[in-house]
Amino acid sequence: MKLHVDWTACDGRGVCTELLEEMLVEDDWGFPVARDGQRSPAVPPPLEGAAKQAVDRCPMLALKLIAR
Amino acid sequence: MTSVAEAAVGRVERRLLDGELGLDAHLARHGRLPLLDGSQIIGMARDSGLTGRGGAGFPVWRKLSAVAEAGDGSAVVVANGAEGEPASGKDRALLAYQPNLVLDGLQLVAAATKARAAHLYAPKAALAPLRALLEARRVAGLDRMSVTLQAAPDAFVSGEESAVVSALNGRGAVPADKRIRVIQAGVGGSPTLVQNVETLAHLALIARYGAGWFLSAGTADEPGTFLATISGAVRRPGVVEAGYGVPLGELIAAVGGATMRLQAVLIGGYHGGWVPADPALPVSRQALEPYGASPGAGVLVALPAGACGLGETARIAGYLADQVAGQCGPCINGLPRMAATLADLAARRPRAGLAAEAERLARLVSGRGACHHPDGTARLVLSAMRMFQADVAAHLNGRCLATEGYR
Ligand SMILES: Cc1cc2nc3c(=O)[nH]c(=O)nc-3n(C[C@H](O)[C@H](O)[C@H](O)COP(=O)(O)O)c2cc1C
Ligand code: SF4
Ligand code: SF4
Repeated sequence: MKLHVDWTACDGRGVCTELLEEMLVEDDWGFPVARDGQRSPAVPPPLEGAAKQAVDRCPMLALKLIAR
Repeated sequence: MTSVAEAAVGRVERRLLDGELGLDAHLARHGRLPLLDGSQIIGMARDSGLTGRGGAGFPVWRKLSAVAEAGDGSAVVVANGAEGEPASGKDRALLAYQPNLVLDGLQLVAAATKARAAHLYAPKAALAPLRALLEARRVAGLDRMSVTLQAAPDAFVSGEESAVVSALNGRGAVPADKRIRVIQAGVGGSPTLVQNVETLAHLALIARYGAGWFLSAGTADEPGTFLATISGAVRRPGVVEAGYGVPLGELIAAVGGATMRLQAVLIGGYHGGWVPADPALPVSRQALEPYGASPGAGVLVALPAGACGLGETARIAGYLADQVAGQCGPCINGLPRMAATLADLAARRPRAGLAAEAERLARLVSGRGACHHPDGTARLVLSAMRMFQADVAAHLNGRCLATEGYR
């Protein structure tokens, strides 16, 4: 599973960077950046639960889990 | 027919832009399209190795078969002539001089995908003369599928494929998130094929003269000709056609040669990369890759020795930052910051870490937008930092190699 951000919806308030700090950091403006530098970073199995929670809590419905 | 052995590989030659104007001349020269079924059209697109001429260079047959399969009779096809890139003029030239090839190609992809609708999307000025032509073609019984014309707004991102779809859906011509691709759900929710107008024109010639003929130009890996728009320090800026792999010097010669000694050439347009002005450098994906460049949509800008590459790049980066379609945070914030950083470097307002900051911002915005606008802008900036390395060092010391005549 990979994490996908719909940048047209994301408002950069950083709910996901708090819930998924193992994978995401905030950039200069508060928008999430993958620590591994990937466009759609792969979610390691131990973090799948946290990733699902971040997706559910994203206020803009901008965060998605994708298969590819 | 020319055999492969004696073919004009990588030479300036006219295929698309050859011939007289007008529908009669078109029919006299090329005749009507042969009747081909969907699998024949997809097969010849595959055998010819035709790739998209709108910038990304994706194999046409793959998109055709994906849309044909997903569409199942409901697909929509779009000829993309938006050409938002300011340094490009080839699509406008094609629509002005050989629009019948584009319209033939649009009919071919409509047949190949069993489409229910076909659109031509281009700037308003390019569309006006096409209304009468479409009527003439209808009277002549050339078009099985009627074609709707849609005006493209004058903006850099208006030709990005999801922006094209958005415009056809009656919304603004701004890009959309790519989680669902337009080949799955585009215009009216239907699987949609967006193809550059030049790509379609090539397909119209392939349908008549065959994949083998197409393969007789270009290189083995990158067959066919492409339209190049050449500007900057050249005598007759304009559009020329050549096979992929054409030496850079031959392309420049085809527009009358350079007006001054050149130091570098921007290839691939504002989202492209700087390469040295080496006349022997082949213009192909393969040969340009080491420079982080590619032929893209065939846009070349020649930079004279007396101009500052950093200044020119800063000017383009400023333009691209202004063209951000205000949607994606990293792009909205990152591109203006990147352009401002480059402007400081170009204007010799040095501060600690200035060069590293430009590169950091380029890497930070890459891949973080709904469209490739941040990626393309970052590519340009990173290529300038490499190509004009000596200028960067000089500017950080308050000097300019180009304008102060150190070169
Ligand atoms: C910012 C941006 C602008 C683009 N503008 C154009 C354009 O004006 N015309 C065009 O054909 N493709 C443009 N493209 C590429 C299209 O998204 C798409 O790849 C292309 O139209 C597909 O046709 P092709 O495969 O025949 O090249 C643009 C892409 C981006 C990222
Ligand atoms: S929680 Fe959603 S809206 Fe907020 S920063 Fe993350 S992706 Fe963006
Ligand atoms: S990446 Fe930039 S140009 Fe592309 S859609 Fe987002 S804001 Fe617009």
